[in-house]
Amino acid sequence: MSAATNSEDTNPQDLLITPLDGLHRALGAKMVPFAGYAMPVQYPAGILKEHLHTRASASLFDVSHMGQGFLRGADAIQAFETLVPGDYQAMQVGKTRYTVLLNDQGGILDDLMATRIADGLYLVVNAACKDQDFAHIEAGTKGRATLEVLTDRALLALQGPKAGDVLARLAPETAAMTFMTFKEVTINGIDCFVTRSGYTGEDGFEISVPSAQAEAFAKLLLDQPEVEPAGLGARDSLRLEAGLCLYGHDITTETTPVEADIKWVVNKRRREEGGFPGADIILAQLQNGTEQQRVGILPEGRAPARDGTEVQDLEGHAIGTITSGGFGPSVGGPIAMGYVQSAFAAPGTPVNLIVRNKPLAAKIVKMPFTDKSYKV
Amino acid sequence: MSLKFTKDHEWINLDGDIATVGVTAYALGQLGDLVFVEVPDEGRMLSKGDEAAVVESVKAASEVYAPVSGEVIEGNAGIADDPATVSGDPAEDGWFFKIRLSDPSELDDLMDEEEYDVYVESLD
Repeated sequence: MSAATNSEDTNPQDLLITPLDGLHRALGAKMVPFAGYAMPVQYPAGILKEHLHTRASASLFDVSHMGQGFLRGADAIQAFETLVPGDYQAMQVGKTRYTVLLNDQGGILDDLMATRIADGLYLVVNAACKDQDFAHIEAGTKGRATLEVLTDRALLALQGPKAGDVLARLAPETAAMTFMTFKEVTINGIDCFVTRSGYTGEDGFEISVPSAQAEAFAKLLLDQPEVEPAGLGARDSLRLEAGLCLYGHDITTETTPVEADIKWVVNKRRREEGGFPGADIILAQLQNGTEQQRVGILPEGRAPARDGTEVQDLEGHAIGTITSGGFGPSVGGPIAMGYVQSAFAAPGTPVNLIVRNKPLAAKIVKMPFTDKSYKV
Repeated sequence: MSLKFTKDHEWINLDGDIATVGVTAYALGQLGDLVFVEVPDEGRMLSKGDEAAVVESVKAASEVYAPVSGEVIEGNAGIADDPATVSGDPAEDGWFFKIRLSDPSELDDLMDEEEYDVYVESLD
């Protein structure tokens, strides 16, 4: 049997660790290199059980490898808006919005969460992009805002339908929080930045805590009867079922938000005013459409079709590529997303996926593959 | 009956000139929960080292190679229908395919159980 190889193989000695490294190993996690960090891909329960537990109860994920920062200053919001297509001026303090950093061609440099705080923004960016993101944000807001990268805080995600009950037990003031809102809360003496958000399609929270107290806080959450640990493997299958993009796969510098079918990140005022990188291209695409777009793809059989799989029309012409594909534990079968020529993007369109040189029947579907259950 | 092993973590159970082939518990443990298995069709001619079967976990796909050359006598439809069978009982119900050996001397290159155990220990 061929070894299941990790595409991001790195010399283990060069890997960074998160403040929860010792806890992961004590819990029996299988550690793998990811974005330069040693991260838990799964715990002894395994990806399937961790995934299903998240959809049924609540799971704790370590996402401390992600980048956190504050962008502060009287002009921070306006300066930030020169880099992203989101409307942050109209947003109230304490609200969070998903957005993308764009290049001048309208391609996506990274996706991120930005929360309005009293004197600017609290940012959470992807691990693999964080150094270049922060350099880009710092350069793009120079003289107008000050970036403070938080290197002494861990980030934990508590995700699942019971996450709200769990956190309300520890911090009653979180009960009233709605999805995509932020609150600074003290839990057992630990200073927490709580955002009601996540990337699993479930209700939940991302909680930033000081690194020194991260393990104590993680243990406090794991002590709650509803909560089990879950790794990157389950995080990936959960976000795929939820139809959410993975940066570097489903969105890249080669794809615009319009092609990626996340055109809602271009907020109304920004559509009218422009003023973000690649605005000409993106606004024209909003008007005229695009040659390709991201779609959900449901294989008819049971064989998963992975990232890189060619998508063909029924005549055998290449019409696109899968960018994320695997098995959806809650769906109970294979699921995928990818880019196809727009003429083939309508839900219900039959296509073939070329897996091990054989065509597998599939169809274009709407995403998500599972219902989202955010607290609104 | 004699049990042989490959460095790619296939096991081979020989009965006359028929070899039953499966994947070791060690390899399955590395792979995680199986969600898809494809076994070769009866009558397919395999050369040693050919991709004979496919195992997929939630995260990744791996190939099972033919440890010996020969003609496939049977693929295990049971594991294709229910991939969880493989992890539950890799050495019995979890077999992948049966092959009629065309060159029994190929068996000489394989490890016995004791050699395989030493080999696996060297990997960790």
